[in-house]
Amino acid sequence: MKELIKGNIALCRGAIDAGLDAYFGYPITPQNEIPAYFSRYMVELGRVFIQAESEIAAANMVLGAVVTGKKALTSSSSPGISLKQETISYMAAQELPAVIVNVERGGPGLGNISGSQGDYFQALKGGGHGDYKLLVFAPNSAQEMYEFAYDSFDLAYKYRMPVLILADGIIGQMMEPVDFNRPKLKAGQTIDGGWALTGAKNRPSRSVKSLLMKDDMLERHNLDLQAKYETVKAAELKYESFMLDDAEIIITAFGIMSRIAKSAIKIARDNGIKVGLLRPKTLFPFPSRVLESLAGPKIKFLDVELNYGQMLEDIKLSVNGKSPVEFIGRGGGAIISPDEILEKIAR
Amino acid sequence: MKNEIIVSGFGGQGVLLAGFLIAQSAMEQGLNTSWFPSYGAEMRGGTANSTAIVSDTEIGSPVSFNPNALIALSPQALGKFLPKLAKGAAVISPIKTEAVGEFVYHYIDVLKIASDIGNIKTANIVAVGALSAVLKKEAGNGIYIHKESVFAACKKVFASKPDLIEINKTAFLAGYNLIKD
Repeated sequence: MKELIKGNIALCRGAIDAGLDAYFGYPITPQNEIPAYFSRYMVELGRVFIQAESEIAAANMVLGAVVTGKKALTSSSSPGISLKQETISYMAAQELPAVIVNVERGGPGLGNISGSQGDYFQALKGGGHGDYKLLVFAPNSAQEMYEFAYDSFDLAYKYRMPVLILADGIIGQMMEPVDFNRPKLKAGQTIDGGWALTGAKNRPSRSVKSLLMKDDMLERHNLDLQAKYETVKAAELKYESFMLDDAEIIITAFGIMSRIAKSAIKIARDNGIKVGLLRPKTLFPFPSRVLESLAGPKIKFLDVELNYGQMLEDIKLSVNGKSPVEFIGRGGGAIISPDEILEKIAR
Repeated sequence: MKNEIIVSGFGGQGVLLAGFLIAQSAMEQGLNTSWFPSYGAEMRGGTANSTAIVSDTEIGSPVSFNPNALIALSPQALGKFLPKLAKGAAVISPIKTEAVGEFVYHYIDVLKIASDIGNIKTANIVAVGALSAVLKKEAGNGIYIHKESVFAACKKVFASKPDLIEINKTAFLAGYNLIKD
């Protein structure tokens, strides 16, 4: 039975169905429906909801919760996610299965509350310090807000790494029918994994830390992390192809822009222009190999983003000079219309 | 085929709710739908709007760039959205205007009608009723929401205030029946 709900609420429902134990957050538009929803329903379900004193505190509360083998989530929007970066780096280093949600708004700085995609670099290229990756989802519908939120917890625990859901204000605020197609899991389980800090009665104590001072220890830890990221790359890539079979122009876009691009593609196809879409659903792993295999002298790429060319760099690295790559971008909460895309395609 | 409907007015006139009712009705009817609100600071400026898209195919952008239907409950809303309409768009408004364009304008005093049926706050739903009839009977691309879908949607949309279900159904019909077959 589908329900017509906001993307932000769909995300909450996905996390609750996945057995979320604890939510920690601090208000900021355009993701306020998330703490508002949890403030009521987590309490009704007898689970943990805390409105922290700051975004930083909320991120550290998540660290504290997941290190005990519980499922925990924090959410915010762009400036708030900037504040969480130190903890995200620590959690990546400590291999902790946190789930973090960024419902992006216009930036830089305090910016505005309109939907934007200006945080791709922050999410993918190390918003915090050190060599680390997050598994990054880019939902483009309320349905995917539900599904990716649900799936994030399993993946975070499977790989012992933080998962980031990179949404935007439009996906968060829009309503669509959502099919709750995942089994409802109970909260309150402890996922021990041989590392969680669950109390050391009758067993040797454990330590989960990121300060590794002995000779070579930190380098060896880094190599382990890199090996893990390679495993994730090989196993967890998700993308959507749309009308690519005979496409001479390939649009690349993620999140909300992929939907606007699709509207443009349908109009272009009606006019006989062979254009298709490649949409990464995961931004790490990134569909580099897929892009590489699509590239060639007769193919033109057009990257479309609500920023000034962030994923564009990864598209160019993947295409590696085999095709021209053009770009349309707008920032600061502005939005690109199908007409702007069509105009570029027609040229 | 699809209809991209903007419901606009002052904050407090129920423009978010009216758009939501259209989207919920479309879902009850098995059509694809999306709803997108103006939110946050934009609304503190006094204007509010929501976009409901109703389609028999997959919906791309939930944001409308060329709406083909408009409900405008305030002069500011009318001024803001009339220039953005697609050719032949249907407009429902209680505001008299001298504006000219390639739209089909229906002046309907939804406030008076709502007041006559006993609840002035249902003016937004009177307008939804009138628009639904216009999209069915005049603007015809075959995509419109049925009375029965709206009645089913009312039960869900007003589930937390069940005493409002009947008055909103009445409001919808009052608007709907204004438009002649």
